[in-house]
Amino acid sequence: MTVDLPFIWAGLIAFAVLAYVVLDGFDLGVGILFPLAKKSHDRDVMMNSVAPVWDGNETWLVLGGGGLLAVFPLAYALIMPALYAPLIAMLLALVLRGVAFEFRWRTKRGQFLWDWAFSGGSLIATFAQGMALGALVQGIPVVNRAYAGGWWDWVSPFTLLTGVALVMGYALLGATWLVMKTEGELQETSRKQAWVTGAATIVLIGAVSLWTPFLEPIYFARWFAWPAMLFSAIVPLLVLVCIFGLYTGLRDRSDYRPFFSSLGLFVLCFAGLGISFYPYIVPPALSIWDAAAPDKSLGFLLVGALVLVPLILAYTAYSYWVFRGKVDPHEGYH
Amino acid sequence: MLFDLDALTLARMQFAFTVSFHIIFPAFSIGLASYLAVLEGLWLWRKEQVYRDLFNFWKKIFAVAFGMGVVSGIVMAYQFGTNWSVFSDKAGPVIGPLMGYEVLSAFFLEAGFLGVMLFGEKRVGPGLHYFATLMVAAGTLISATWILSVNSWMQTPAGYSINAAGQFVPEDWWAVIFNPSFPYRFVHMVLAAYLTTAFVVGGIGAWHLLKDTASHGARVMFSMAMWMAALVAPIQIFAGDLHGLNTLEYQPAKVAAMEGHYETQVGAPLILIGVPDDEAEITRYQLAIPKLGSLILTHHADGEVKGLKAFPKDQRPPAEIVFWSFRLMVGIGFAMLGIGLWSLLRRLKKNRLYEDRWLHWAALFMAPSGLVAVLAGWVTTEVGRQPYTVYGLLTTAESASPIAAPAVATSLVAFIIVYFFVFGAGTFYILRLCGKSPDRVDPETEHGPSHAAGINPGPALKAGG
Repeated sequence: MTVDLPFIWAGLIAFAVLAYVVLDGFDLGVGILFPLAKKSHDRDVMMNSVAPVWDGNETWLVLGGGGLLAVFPLAYALIMPALYAPLIAMLLALVLRGVAFEFRWRTKRGQFLWDWAFSGGSLIATFAQGMALGALVQGIPVVNRAYAGGWWDWVSPFTLLTGVALVMGYALLGATWLVMKTEGELQETSRKQAWVTGAATIVLIGAVSLWTPFLEPIYFARWFAWPAMLFSAIVPLLVLVCIFGLYTGLRDRSDYRPFFSSLGLFVLCFAGLGISFYPYIVPPALSIWDAAAPDKSLGFLLVGALVLVPLILAYTAYSYWVFRGKVDPHEGYH
Repeated sequence: MLFDLDALTLARMQFAFTVSFHIIFPAFSIGLASYLAVLEGLWLWRKEQVYRDLFNFWKKIFAVAFGMGVVSGIVMAYQFGTNWSVFSDKAGPVIGPLMGYEVLSAFFLEAGFLGVMLFGEKRVGPGLHYFATLMVAAGTLISATWILSVNSWMQTPAGYSINAAGQFVPEDWWAVIFNPSFPYRFVHMVLAAYLTTAFVVGGIGAWHLLKDTASHGARVMFSMAMWMAALVAPIQIFAGDLHGLNTLEYQPAKVAAMEGHYETQVGAPLILIGVPDDEAEITRYQLAIPKLGSLILTHHADGEVKGLKAFPKDQRPPAEIVFWSFRLMVGIGFAMLGIGLWSLLRRLKKNRLYEDRWLHWAALFMAPSGLVAVLAGWVTTEVGRQPYTVYGLLTTAESASPIAAPAVATSLVAFIIVYFFVFGAGTFYILRLCGKSPDRVDPETEHGPSHAAGINPGPALKAGG
């Protein structure tokens, strides 16, 4: 029996992207909510709640991109040019928000500038990611190992919807993160924001989920063909469980439940996406086996991944553990 | 003007622009991470306050520089795909896993422990904090290892075969990673990073000595930096020479361009200064030393050195650029050696090192020299391997994405605007941090005697969290 390396790697890349979405999701979400904070002190606390971890969170994005190049080079070579504009916009936005973490403490006069860079960058990066994801789901035309679509294919009603949905979703993650990490007035505000963004996210998830099966016949078959439907129906059921957890968590003023329920929502949406996609990596043209690098490349990196990914998860968990609990507003080395 | 250029030229400009901005920060932070590890180690070992003050002084600067390195690095990870998709498709199976290892073994390590290093001092013990600092330093070096292996493979490909789809596929990973130019390039770049940091630290130390000769922190950092200059500069010149000989073996056209040789000659001169003209195939206004070129490159006064004319015209790098960038790098290298020797001379008499204002001015002037030399060196090796991305096998023109010129031009303009704004501000903040006294004790993390004595912490600290 031979090991199906492309299959394993598809799982690992999916894991990296999921890790990115949930981890950077909440810190981008904090950025999106940033301008809504009235008091400068609240903004300091919001920033400090993610400052020690944002860099590690964003590394998953580098792993997603770098990993794709390593194991599915053809997919990387097709997706990147196809999503040229939203990806460049995302990168520039991430530059602006990333440097703001340090820069805003280095100036008093210019602080407002970096506050805008942080929130504007977070918002644009998220919207661009949402549109890029939507464009990938829509499908990417390929001829002769090259992208064969137009330069504006990534703009459509569907991608605009996924862009808005991701902004709301990250804002929900950010709000529930702040409910967990802060106290007093800021926590109250965040809880109110979690109600609003939570409701909006659920509506938008519903809209995207209903739209997706009609984009591609393969998606439709995946969701509604019998008996596969028995399995795919589990996802929407679990979504209901998470919605219930979010609702009761916010109602009971729980610190942790809203955040973890929101994370659950993201994981499930991602699983749903995986169900639609599999076994395609660039739908509808390319399966994971079409795009995979030779086994020698996949095997070589897999050895490292099997050793290093558990280590990474361990020290990432340690780093979160070190900074556990409520943010101390007086902490920070600046 | 920009919109008249073709997509390939624009993509090359974009890559040159973004990678040049990027390399400045790792070149500085590789050395600085190691320096921080040394400072914290000395503090834990000797318990002298000055090391702790210096650690806190450089830590803030490191945080700003590292942040800029991270964000400009994410751009690089995606730019291979957006602008060089054919290259990515073809070379991905070989270089992709190496970059994957870089992310897994280095980026996560740096990012995971950076938070603890910057923010965790009060939450973990001194031992664990030092461990975090060491992991950040180790991460920067591991990262350099992998990415230089990738770059070296593109310069001197080995251990691969080519499959039916035209992709490079790995045959022997050991040969891929330890390809012929990798050991030389790695040593040369890591030493360059250490020298870069040494001269920045030395220059800032000199600045503070010029303001206050008695400053304890300034004395310690200046002395440490000058030791690095005196010890590492000669090693670097030696390593650079070996790297050059390796290049001569595998990329003779690059060396011909560096030397400004068009004719293949026996007993070739060393051209010190001249004006290469690729069109006329001649280097004008030469100031040259007879036979020395052959002596350096072949270790025989009458050795044969190939000129650019030995290569077809479409396979030559532009000597007009490479000739000058190489001279700039070498010139700075010898100037660094000069500063190092000067400082050794001043150590002969007690305290002269801290009182020679000429030396301090020279060190201050040389503060950014390492960054310039690193850029010049990379220009030499990258322009010098044109017209190829994978040397001798895949041309730059074949590597580019099928993206329309206006899209590339627009993104290039966006990059230029955002980078100048962001990195301009970042450089300004770094300079401002450098200008603060290294002896001032940070009241937030420190309750030492100088703070108790009521030294004003300064207005900038109030801006902090």
